[in-house]
Amino acid sequence: MTLGYFIYKIILVVVVFAITMVIAMYSTYAERKVAGFLQDRLGPNRAGWFGILQPVADAVKLFMKEETIPSVSNKTLFIVGPALSLLTACMTGVVIPWGTSLSFFGENYSLQIADVNIGILYIFGVVSIGLYGIMIGGWASNNKYSLLGAIRASSQMISYEVAMGLAIIALIMTTGTLSVGEIAAQQHGWHWNILIQPLGALIFIVCAFAETNRAPFDLPECEQELVGGYHTEYSSMKMGFYLFAEYINMFISATVISTFYFGGYNMPFIGRFVTDPNLLALCGVAFLFAKIFFGIFFFMWVRWTLPRFRYDQLMNLGWKVLIPLSILNIVLTGAWMMRHEILNVFIK
Amino acid sequence: MDSKTKIEKIKKDNTSLSNAEGKEKEKEYTTLNLGPTHPATHGIFQNVLKMDGEIIVEAESTVGYIHRAFEKIAEHRNYYQITTLTDRLNYCSSPINNMGWHMAVEKLFNIEVPKRAQYLRVIIMELSRIADHLICNSVIGVDTGALTVYFYIFSLRERIYEIFEEICGARLTTNIGRIGGMERDFSPKAWATLDVFMKELPLALKEFENLLVRNRIFMDRTIGCGAISAEMALQYSFSGPNLRAAGVDYDVRAMNPYSSYEEFDFIIPVGTNGDTYDRFMVREEEMWQSLSIIQQAIVKLKKEPVGIFHADVPDFFLPPKEDVYNNMEALIYHFKIVMGETNIPKGEIYHAVEGGNGELGFYIISDGGRTPYRVHMRRPCFIYYQAYTEMIKGSFLSDAILTMSSMNVIAGELDA
Repeated sequence: MTLGYFIYKIILVVVVFAITMVIAMYSTYAERKVAGFLQDRLGPNRAGWFGILQPVADAVKLFMKEETIPSVSNKTLFIVGPALSLLTACMTGVVIPWGTSLSFFGENYSLQIADVNIGILYIFGVVSIGLYGIMIGGWASNNKYSLLGAIRASSQMISYEVAMGLAIIALIMTTGTLSVGEIAAQQHGWHWNILIQPLGALIFIVCAFAETNRAPFDLPECEQELVGGYHTEYSSMKMGFYLFAEYINMFISATVISTFYFGGYNMPFIGRFVTDPNLLALCGVAFLFAKIFFGIFFFMWVRWTLPRFRYDQLMNLGWKVLIPLSILNIVLTGAWMMRHEILNVFIK
Repeated sequence: MDSKTKIEKIKKDNTSLSNAEGKEKEKEYTTLNLGPTHPATHGIFQNVLKMDGEIIVEAESTVGYIHRAFEKIAEHRNYYQITTLTDRLNYCSSPINNMGWHMAVEKLFNIEVPKRAQYLRVIIMELSRIADHLICNSVIGVDTGALTVYFYIFSLRERIYEIFEEICGARLTTNIGRIGGMERDFSPKAWATLDVFMKELPLALKEFENLLVRNRIFMDRTIGCGAISAEMALQYSFSGPNLRAAGVDYDVRAMNPYSSYEEFDFIIPVGTNGDTYDRFMVREEEMWQSLSIIQQAIVKLKKEPVGIFHADVPDFFLPPKEDVYNNMEALIYHFKIVMGETNIPKGEIYHAVEGGNGELGFYIISDGGRTPYRVHMRRPCFIYYQAYTEMIKGSFLSDAILTMSSMNVIAGELDA
């Protein structure tokens, strides 16, 4: 490992981290603007031009606020909860291929921090750890509403991870790899996975909503029932951490959906107009982000349109609808892949 | 599954659990305080819930957090001063309360209100019924998690309040109308705003219904949630939309018409299951009916002589201010009314109106003094709230909150 390689990786990590943070910051702004647009009102428009400095103002406010830790809480865990949530949220971006690769001075620099050959498993693992942040926070608050929220969050995320995993298995069957980079590379041109796996994509998107605790699956923090859910007792930046983690998760979910099913950095016909490989790579990055932004908008659009499920209905949807559907999807995918062998059996 | 079978199932599960372990083991429950300050209670109520996970095993409700002893205060006030107390009952539709009180007092005083004033009252009452139902239904939307619909129709409530503001100067606690009629005629601006409102309401209501009525998630959430049978509802003495949702076609406007409601042509929507969805739908349909009543009232008004808005009862209706300064009789009447020197007939009457969320009745005993001897207000919310604990037993926490908002329990009316 040369020093240059090391520096390049560090720069990439910092850039990805910064982009993640900025996008999460501006997602909070976008969320309110989108909500305002959908609800016939203005949204934030005071801090800066069109309210563009609102996230900064919010961050300052959250940092300056008095911090209260309930005296009956478990103080260590109370701090660990939001920290873990934010940490795991930031970790997922590592395996995402943000573009193909840039070449300078004859060296190729891949725009993926780590092309782990089990990238999908890595994403699942990290997302599952994120759940602990919510559980620990809800438990440590020593508040019944927080606890109910934490229980809802954990059971919801565990249930939907099953369906999500099964949807991914079908994808792995067609792509034949667990590496996220390879999956993105395979979808060159029009070979987007959503065209091959429409049902799997639908299941994955629904599960992504549940995984990120967004409406209509926002049961863990629904204000009307559980006051604030797992973050009822949190204040100042710890509360901010939870909210931030949620927005980062939303960004990552949109990224993963785009990468797995919507071609990642690929865009059909772009090769005809742009020939320079470096420019092509940068165009790829731009396309990926366009897809991500649309994904984030879609998350917000759904949140401000649909009512939320009840706890048992959520479980029914997860276990009785999505899991059977994803198993069916696996069977159908398998049958399609083995269609020649199956036909041979019948012909004989 | 209704609540009783659910509870029995839980009990059965418990016993089978303990049997499996070979020893009698009491299942542990959590106690959860829902309220008095909870974002979903829309007022100050407390419910102490005994929870088995997310399922409510037992509930106990508390009343009295904003009890202001209105009935006692009323015994020390002039009749016209009690109107302001009725504002603070169901503050989502205070004009109906005001009118109910005026009509009860007019019944006691034997005052015949001219037709035109009656129609004006009908318009105001139906407007506030729409305002009340708008709030209730949009809050059902909010409590199911659909916040956007709330904004779509809340701007219409704003229009209604603009009309109230134009008529009486106040928005929420209106103190609208006087004993014997209205305090003043509608201004041209009020009519103009009413016109705008009548055009806007159908559009916004349609949009609102498109978003919720056939929405799968919304239907799953509300159908069968907080259901009450017609028998139970009658035993608890339910009234208004909550009773009609259970399938009983009782409406004070039709059964015991007041303020010329017998001249109007309207349908009383009736549900079948008495659940949240039915309550929601009954309220939706009532808004459409109220709209048609207002249209009919506007047509009827045009046939009446212009400028009459109160009965000719100088003993009870304050004279115009310029007359008080320039006219001897007016000054005398003004003094007598304000000082409570008018002759009040003795008697005992009950008058009910169809309030925003049920039969709102006023029972007055007069011993001829300047203040009533006793006033009782039949507040529908107080009755609904008693059934609440029974309705939420065995249901989920989310259902309990939806049931509360769909019954439209208003803290001010509950505690009076």
